[in-house]
Amino acid sequence: MKRALKHYLHSLKIMLGAKPDKPAKSDYSEAAIALHKFKQTPAERKIRREKIREELAEKHVSYKWRKWRWTSIILINLMFVVSYHFDVQLVEGALTASRFFGFHMADLNSSLQITLAQKTIVTNLVIGVVTVAVGWWLVGGRNYCSWACPYHLAAEWVEMLHLKLVEKGWAQDIPLHRGTRTVLYVVFAALAFITGFTVFEFINPVGILSRAFTYGLSLALVWVGILLLIELFFVRRFWCRYICPIGITYAFIGSTSPTVIHYDLNNCLHEGECRSVCLVPHVLDMTIKGRATDVTMDIGADCTRCGMCLEACPTGALSFKVKGLGGLL
Amino acid sequence: MTEPKPVKKPVKKRLSRKEKERRTLLLSLLAGSGVVGVSLVGYIPVKNDEKKRLRPPGALDGDLFLASCIKCGQCEQVCPVNAIHLSDIMDGFGLGTPFIDARKQACDFSCDATQCILACPTGSLSHEIDKKEQVQMGLARLTRPDACLARKGKGFTGLARGADFTGTHRYVEIDRWNPIALNAHPYDLELCDLCVRECPIKNAISLQPMNDDPNDKRRTPTVNEDVCVGCGMCEMICPVEPPCIEIEIGAKRKTV
Repeated sequence: MKRALKHYLHSLKIMLGAKPDKPAKSDYSEAAIALHKFKQTPAERKIRREKIREELAEKHVSYKWRKWRWTSIILINLMFVVSYHFDVQLVEGALTASRFFGFHMADLNSSLQITLAQKTIVTNLVIGVVTVAVGWWLVGGRNYCSWACPYHLAAEWVEMLHLKLVEKGWAQDIPLHRGTRTVLYVVFAALAFITGFTVFEFINPVGILSRAFTYGLSLALVWVGILLLIELFFVRRFWCRYICPIGITYAFIGSTSPTVIHYDLNNCLHEGECRSVCLVPHVLDMTIKGRATDVTMDIGADCTRCGMCLEACPTGALSFKVKGLGGLL
Repeated sequence: MTEPKPVKKPVKKRLSRKEKERRTLLLSLLAGSGVVGVSLVGYIPVKNDEKKRLRPPGALDGDLFLASCIKCGQCEQVCPVNAIHLSDIMDGFGLGTPFIDARKQACDFSCDATQCILACPTGSLSHEIDKKEQVQMGLARLTRPDACLARKGKGFTGLARGADFTGTHRYVEIDRWNPIALNAHPYDLELCDLCVRECPIKNAISLQPMNDDPNDKRRTPTVNEDVCVGCGMCEMICPVEPPCIEIEIGAKRKTV
């Protein structure tokens, strides 16, 4: 129990920007210590090297989850468009607030901004926020980012291009401090409260994109373009990794979610394939050799449940898990 | 033949870990303040009040409207005459908030009840309003009295806004439920009274004689400032270009 709590607080700390450190000796479970030790035996090391060589030779590529995820993002955003243009009233509104078959839904971060700005609690928003919070809590929290957010999809495509450019030396990935996002979260909350304006919504690319889909092109899209250009040439996943307060909001929700990515030390070859594709590689720190404090572990709050690590992992050390449902997906 | 001089490669100084960390921190600070800086630019149009917008029925006053609106556009979706549009980035913090351009398409309360208010999830369009008579968007003002046809004693024949005009209006006598295009509804009036005739609010505007002479046909449109809701229907229908009657945005009724 104590270990679970410690793991939880650690995952929050990492979400807020702390660097994942090497765990203290006392943090490890006995089974984990034994397994790490076993993996260090010369025979095991040889076997692992052999396995990695085999695996690299056949080049493991899978997009098992990605096709579902892209479909999900496109479908969710398409529903808004179709609802308006064909007047079928599935989901009216935009991602900031909507009615799903007449039932209120409100984006958690947008609701927070307007609540702070006008300093009043609106009943409809409470209904909308609770619905959305419970919904996303069930399926994972930050998978709002990777399974619904239209900016995420655009950024993902730009990221593919970015990685190619980096390979050619035409772009670079300048690392920033992840704590920036936490600071900005506080700054934007404070700005809303002090100025009485929803300052963040002015630069929120998610709102801008979502409205543009339904209500038509706007000049505000230029700002989204600028962000994508920064991501293309200078900072990999600039907005999602280092800036977006929406991500933090949903990460908090997801920190206790029953739907998680599950890690199994037994199967891990510690190659780091998962970390190289991950939007938030700090949550996969336990996949570094010697870092897992337990034989099986759940990935922390900041994880977007995108499933790219699952696709990258050649040995199935990572999987989707819904706690309480027993069986693995 | 001279040997080409060996090109001296510029020695790239390797940064120590501490220096790297400091650089990352500095760049993060730069990026963070950059983003906040850009976000604050949104204050400029708001402060200068460059674009005073006519808001949909029930809109809270001024800055409180910008604060409370969640920028979802549900009001735009339900409007039967498509009067409501969302502001773009030039409106600063008003980005994504709804407005009405009355001259292009006014709110004529075709929806009977105020649908936009019912659609609003945040009460930014105040839920306290349930009748069109309670709405206060502004007040109609005769801004160019000299150009007014009624004041010249002139009639009006033809399409109020020409054949290319795209606006719609609900003519109850033609179709109780559906608004029709303005350019499908020609008029033939002895004395132009379009602003009075199409006003959706009872007694908000009337034609008054300009003097005691019973033979003088001229009349002046007179806004009853205790009744007018500022919907802008008169501004849209006025056949003179530019319109003689316009909404003073945000003006309040004398009595409520």
